[in-house]
Amino acid sequence: MKIQAQIAMVLSLDKCIGCHTCSVTCKNVWTSRKGMEYVWFNNVETKPGPGYPVEWENQERYKGGWTMRKKRLELLQGSNMSILSSIFANPHMPEIKDYYEPYTFDFSKLTGTKRFRTAPSARPYSLITGKRMEKIEYGPNWEDNLGGKFEERKKDPNLKELDTKGYEEFEKSFMFYVPRLCEHCLNPACAASCPSGAIYKREEDGIVLINQDKCRGWRECVSACPYKKVYFNWERKKSEKCTFCYPLIENGKPTVCSESCVGRIRYIGVLFYDADSIKEYAATENDRQLYEKQLELILDPNDPAVVKLAGEQGISYQVIKAAQDSPVYKMMKRWKVAFPLHPEYRTMPMVWYIPPMSPVLQQKEVTEDFFGAVNDMRIPVDYLAKMMTAGDEEPIRKALAKLLAMRQYMREVTVEKNENPSIEAALGLDRSDYEAMYRYLAIANYKDRFVIPTAPTHSEDADFANLRAGLGYDYPGKTDEGRNLFGGR
Amino acid sequence: MIKSLLQKKKFFSEVTASEKRAWESFYRNRWQHDKEVRSTHGVNCTGSCSWKIFVKKGIVTWEIQQTDYPQNRPGLPNHEPRGCPRGASYSWYLYNSGRVKHPMIRHELLEAYQQQKTLLHDPVLAWEAVMNDPAASLRYKERRGLGGFLRLDWDLAQEIISAANIYTIKKFGPDRLVGFTPIPAFSMVSYASGTRYLSLIGGTVLSFYDFYCDLPPASPQTWGEQTDVPESADWYNSSFIMLWGSNVPVTRTPDSPFLTQVRYKGTKVVTISSDYSDASKFADIWLNPKQGTDSALGMAMGHVILKEFFVDKTTPYFDSYVKKYSDLPFLVKLEPCENGYRTGMMLRASDFPDHLGITQNAEWYPVLLDEADGGMVIPNGCIGSRWNNEGKWNLRNEDLRTGKAYTPLLSVMDRKSDVAAVSFPYFGGEEYKNPHFNTSDHTEVQVRNVPVIKCRTEEGEVLCATVYDIMLAHYGVERGLDDPQTARSYNDNIPYTPKWQEQITGVAAESVITIARQFAETAAKTEGKSMIIIGAGVNQWYNTDMTYRAAMNLLILCGTIGQSGGGWAHYVGQEKVRPQSGWATLAFASDWVRPPRHMNTTSYFYMHSDQWRYEKVKVDSLVSPLYKKDEWSKLTLLDCNIKSQRMGWLPASPEFDRNPLQLCKEAAANQMDVPSYVTSKLHSGELNLASEDLDDTKNCPKNLFIWRANLIGSSAKGVEYFMKHLLGAQNSVFGKELKEMDEPLPLYQKWHDEGAKGKLDLVVTIDYRMTTSSLHSDIVLPAATWYEKNDISSTDMHPFLHPFSKAVDPVWESRTDWEIFKGISAKFSELCKGHLGVEKDVIMQPLMHDSPGEISEPLFVDDWKESGNRPEPGRNMGKLIVVERDYPNTYKRFTSLGPLLKQAGITGKGITWRSDEEYEFLKHLNGTIQSEGSTHGMPAMESDLQAIETILTLAPESNGVTSRKAWKALEKPTGLDLKHLTEEGGDTQIRYDDLVQQPRRVLNSPIWSGIESHEVNYTSNYTNVHELIPWRTVTGRQSIYQDHPWMRAFGEGLVCYKPPLSKQEINNVKERLHITDNTLTLNLITPHNKWTIHSSWSDNLLMLTLGRGGPVIWISEADAAKIDIQDNDWVEVFNDNGTASCRAIVSQRIPEGALIMYHNQERTVNVPLSNITGNRGGIHNSISRLCLKPTHMIGGYAQLSYGLNYYGTIGANRDEFVIIRKCASVLWGDEDSNDRKESAK
Repeated sequence: MKIQAQIAMVLSLDKCIGCHTCSVTCKNVWTSRKGMEYVWFNNVETKPGPGYPVEWENQERYKGGWTMRKKRLELLQGSNMSILSSIFANPHMPEIKDYYEPYTFDFSKLTGTKRFRTAPSARPYSLITGKRMEKIEYGPNWEDNLGGKFEERKKDPNLKELDTKGYEEFEKSFMFYVPRLCEHCLNPACAASCPSGAIYKREEDGIVLINQDKCRGWRECVSACPYKKVYFNWERKKSEKCTFCYPLIENGKPTVCSESCVGRIRYIGVLFYDADSIKEYAATENDRQLYEKQLELILDPNDPAVVKLAGEQGISYQVIKAAQDSPVYKMMKRWKVAFPLHPEYRTMPMVWYIPPMSPVLQQKEVTEDFFGAVNDMRIPVDYLAKMMTAGDEEPIRKALAKLLAMRQYMREVTVEKNENPSIEAALGLDRSDYEAMYRYLAIANYKDRFVIPTAPTHSEDADFANLRAGLGYDYPGKTDEGRNLFGGR
Repeated sequence: MIKSLLQKKKFFSEVTASEKRAWESFYRNRWQHDKEVRSTHGVNCTGSCSWKIFVKKGIVTWEIQQTDYPQNRPGLPNHEPRGCPRGASYSWYLYNSGRVKHPMIRHELLEAYQQQKTLLHDPVLAWEAVMNDPAASLRYKERRGLGGFLRLDWDLAQEIISAANIYTIKKFGPDRLVGFTPIPAFSMVSYASGTRYLSLIGGTVLSFYDFYCDLPPASPQTWGEQTDVPESADWYNSSFIMLWGSNVPVTRTPDSPFLTQVRYKGTKVVTISSDYSDASKFADIWLNPKQGTDSALGMAMGHVILKEFFVDKTTPYFDSYVKKYSDLPFLVKLEPCENGYRTGMMLRASDFPDHLGITQNAEWYPVLLDEADGGMVIPNGCIGSRWNNEGKWNLRNEDLRTGKAYTPLLSVMDRKSDVAAVSFPYFGGEEYKNPHFNTSDHTEVQVRNVPVIKCRTEEGEVLCATVYDIMLAHYGVERGLDDPQTARSYNDNIPYTPKWQEQITGVAAESVITIARQFAETAAKTEGKSMIIIGAGVNQWYNTDMTYRAAMNLLILCGTIGQSGGGWAHYVGQEKVRPQSGWATLAFASDWVRPPRHMNTTSYFYMHSDQWRYEKVKVDSLVSPLYKKDEWSKLTLLDCNIKSQRMGWLPASPEFDRNPLQLCKEAAANQMDVPSYVTSKLHSGELNLASEDLDDTKNCPKNLFIWRANLIGSSAKGVEYFMKHLLGAQNSVFGKELKEMDEPLPLYQKWHDEGAKGKLDLVVTIDYRMTTSSLHSDIVLPAATWYEKNDISSTDMHPFLHPFSKAVDPVWESRTDWEIFKGISAKFSELCKGHLGVEKDVIMQPLMHDSPGEISEPLFVDDWKESGNRPEPGRNMGKLIVVERDYPNTYKRFTSLGPLLKQAGITGKGITWRSDEEYEFLKHLNGTIQSEGSTHGMPAMESDLQAIETILTLAPESNGVTSRKAWKALEKPTGLDLKHLTEEGGDTQIRYDDLVQQPRRVLNSPIWSGIESHEVNYTSNYTNVHELIPWRTVTGRQSIYQDHPWMRAFGEGLVCYKPPLSKQEINNVKERLHITDNTLTLNLITPHNKWTIHSSWSDNLLMLTLGRGGPVIWISEADAAKIDIQDNDWVEVFNDNGTASCRAIVSQRIPEGALIMYHNQERTVNVPLSNITGNRGGIHNSISRLCLKPTHMIGGYAQLSYGLNYYGTIGANRDEFVIIRKCASVLWGDEDSNDRKESAK
């Protein structure tokens, strides 16, 4: 068994207010430059809706992720040889119109000396071609808050095969927001597809990066990523993606999207996984078992055997401690309230989602049973299951029931003044679990949301004294060039 | 190339650890930065969030929220990271191509001015000459909004502005200068800069909160409080939350976690929203009443709570609460009327022959009965006690005269001497039909049985009932009085049962019953931890008071008001200037002159943009069926407002049809004191209010300053009327004027067949953005952005004071607001010599709330011009106050703290304390004025930082010493010991640098009704309930019954259901405009936008990209299908008021019958020409118009008294109906070379 550490994230869709602050702060820092105008390393989608880029979940169209072919795990877009053969004409590549044509406006018209017949209004022009755009036809968030007819939004691949009769009715409206970033997968399809070998997963924290020196802009990663989270910088002719803000993570700080998350929905922590088992687990035949398999891959950081082995394999005491305090571990494995996005893509994504509760779908009247039951909620469980468990509804139902049970438990305490509320055994949680869930989800202190070790400190051969004195001085021939704090050269 | 790839050892990578990773510096270098600065955003959003501004090589690169707020107590989530996407994208504004970089002036104006200046040399004479040349004036006024700006240097800009100001003061009077800037809390010093200048020279400062229709008049009506609300952290103390017309994730983005997280505490959440809003996502139950009918829902919930928790059984907590803290036990006189009785005035000490021993102000001592023996009690705490200053203004249940304890008798049921048939007005039937809303089959007068007692008064024997008894009858609750008009079951269809509301709102009766019951049950179990978060969705209707009072009744009945986790949480434009009294001193220059000229903006613009000339709503259509309509039918809404101004209820601006400086000179020439002179001339009719002849150009506003605001492009309701009459610019007013419609003309108004156009001579906007206001101004001055200045901000949503601190110097030629107005005041002082010296000015100040004037109006309405009585300043008209203006020393006064502060102290909310200690302290802190002259040795206030320190030093909220004095001052009238409230504050002094280190929690202050401590979060009305400080109302208690004659005349003595106003702005408009397309008529509502804060960010590229890149309107799938509108089609919406163009978003979450045009999407971005006018399309305000409500004009009557932004007419904007159609063609105007016609897709 090879134990490795992964910095992972949980996003509670139940708390997401859809404000897009995460997207904006991320874009300001990372993707507002030339060539990247259309790029949102982090974006937020209103579901149900086709998303950004449009229909990204439709793998018949984009061929992202992995598939089982003759009992073997293979990229959906084909073998390495077939990738090389189509390298100049990849038919599955999203085009700019699938994202949106980025634009700006001729604002300077408003301040100028020019005289007009009627009040001026700034008009859009393309940031790619520089040409006037007669009408803005699409954007990174076109369907925000259920914008657009249901017939259009029905392109959402998660609605495929579901009975959507009546979904378009006003009274039956439902929506929720899904913020998305790179999944920093354990089994990244992007890395596997790169003809230049430019994409790698960092050993110490599992962050997946594209080496900007090695990238040749083949863009196979763009189509191989089933989440469409690799983007092509048309100015630099290189692919870029979310870096999990490693310059911050290395210093024990949360990513920009997490720190700025107004809804306090994001949690960052360390997970341990067995690197030796990834390929085997990713090759689980039945789609619906993949979620369970992915859970199995994550090791219990409190298990003395795991702790011992991790230490032996060079993982520091501090990182082990962080894994034990990890809010991510608690939510995805201990309480099983957080789920991966589309485990059936078999990339083993490391960004997890707590499904949203939603108002009771009342046809006529409100019942006294106030919180309602999972089945009464207006977001259909089968829809959530399509997104998070390859269609298996049971884990989703259980997770929602746990959230409701926590509310009931707390209402007993706060309103009925009952210090010892009864607990439903079937959900498998005890009193301390409810109290801990409450602490993490409701109080959600900064220190509980983000448990991030700084870069490893026990690297035996690191020349810290010299680094301290010399960091930031970059000049040709510098002796420590190519060397860094994080164990690599 | 493939070959070369294949030559590499490895091209398809496996997961690896041993990469060469030097390249990783690529992203690391981007993250590295040189400076982080704490600042915030100065915008009308109530956020007041703390941000880190990142600077790299002297350039602001990005921002992210601070997370270091002072910690909350354990068990309560902390505040980090407050913020929203708008704030996060602000840095874009600093360097974008649309930024105002230099002072600019309209070409034609500069030309005309310079021509005259060359001839006359004196700037003031040059301005005068331009004004006296109608052709020259017309030339620049009609070019407003049409581009053609020239760059100007700062000195000349200041010169022209000063010259215009001086000329206007001299010729027409200082009250013809006017400034508009809203919401001081979002940047207090920037606000104060312009208002200080205007207040020193006598200009008018306009209100905003009422104009924005964010003020809920129901709050002052009920509590005598402008709007005091819990901080958002207090949501977390709640166990049941109803969000009513409030969309928290969008409008209170940084606060929303307190809502989403408290659900996990077991708190139930109900949203009441006509659309499936962002907030609805977080609810357990979503109720969707038809928009505008919420008061029906509220009445029905009240019915359920009264029946189940008061009548069927007594709920001890509720019972004791309403007896002590509401006016329900007070006695009301019944007046005979056609069908028996109607409710009249409250029974007061003055009704009895001996005035019950009260010698002064006996009219202001209402009475009630003691439960023990049925004896008459004059309770402590009524408004008479307050101003008689007898130490009895408190809520101890003691008889004022004897000190004897009593228990208020809630109902006379068990002591009744009779049962009376009382008539109540009903507005939900056919007679008051708005054609777009359902009615019920009930007559306009509902008669119900009420138990009464007989009281022997000066006028003989009168029947009296308690407010409680009257209320039960009015709500239709059956209580054994054998009254067929009350409900035996919730399924009876009589007003106001759950079944009855079903036909009005569309909400199932069962839902109403369950929710009301659970709301009350939770409150009963938790002693009041049920809360209503209420917002613009229900507040911005003409009849907002009805929905609000219906909701407030639920809250009062359930004992939630003043309780942590409970109560009324109104969040619409409400931003608390925490250090209010310190700030106001500086902002309105009351260290030098008192009082300032304040004006309520809704009335102001209704009058001056001539919207009254197009009024179709008639007063008699609004009057209660119980009151004689003929006495009202001769009045227009404008007449009601003029009456109100005459009686000193509302302010007037300009005040008289003569220059106030001139009036003072005339008085002197006649050897009379000014008030006597003015009063005699008014009485004789030789002098009139300026409002009585609005289209005479001498009565118009002349110079307008706009800063921190987008008055024209965002705030102006009825903007096309502004364009036409105030600016003289291109407009799309389609409505007919009164005379053309053959409607009666206003009684008190001199009618001109031609309304004045282009009334304003000079419009100056100070901004960093090119808004519609900037575009339509004559001079635009480049303002510093929020990352380029020092200032402070606060909010009602959290208890912290926040700093703005300068991340970089203002770029290009921009300057801070403080520097700009300081510069203008310097130039003004220089140029006024020879034109203006030390002058006397007379101000007519209305009967102010929280002043003795609030009990000066008698119990009947005395319009002296009608009654023939003498106008008596301070009784039946406003006070006349003479002040001295030292015009040449304006700059010196602007930059120093004046001596009046030392002499007269500070008054806040009617509490006065001395501030000489603070004055001396500021000499040390800020230094003194060194230059010779009238301000030598006074505390200096030359810089923004000195202004900030002055505010912080003078305010009880930031200075422990001052806090103690303020609380002590309140001990006198109340007779209460309040010292313990100052303990936590101690000797704390908050300074600017403290705020820069970390936002600071404010100290307790009697200016506010809540306190902040380790045990409680700030919640409104807390000190009323827990410290027994009375509410500022007639009874000193929460007022469920409003007995003012005008309130009763308009049927609002008790809350009831009123449908939306029928404004008739769509009648025949298609025919008049010859439009034959396929159209639909829909209700236009204009909630707050997800991608903007009002118009700010509507031109921000990031927000435009996340929105749909320009103005849009939301329409339901069902309605869109009716006229074949596809998503993203160009559409035009119009009515009598004008037209707007944008694209449609078709969505299932919008209810059929409604259009949602989120405000405010500026037309400066991506708006094509109107198909109707061929000119640039309009905005949401192009299809709206102000319509005044007479009950908001009441004054001089305790809680119904004027205060800036406190009481007054509101700019309701949701009762609008519009016609929508697909655009036949999309044209952009002649400014684009590649212009071409295209058909709409």
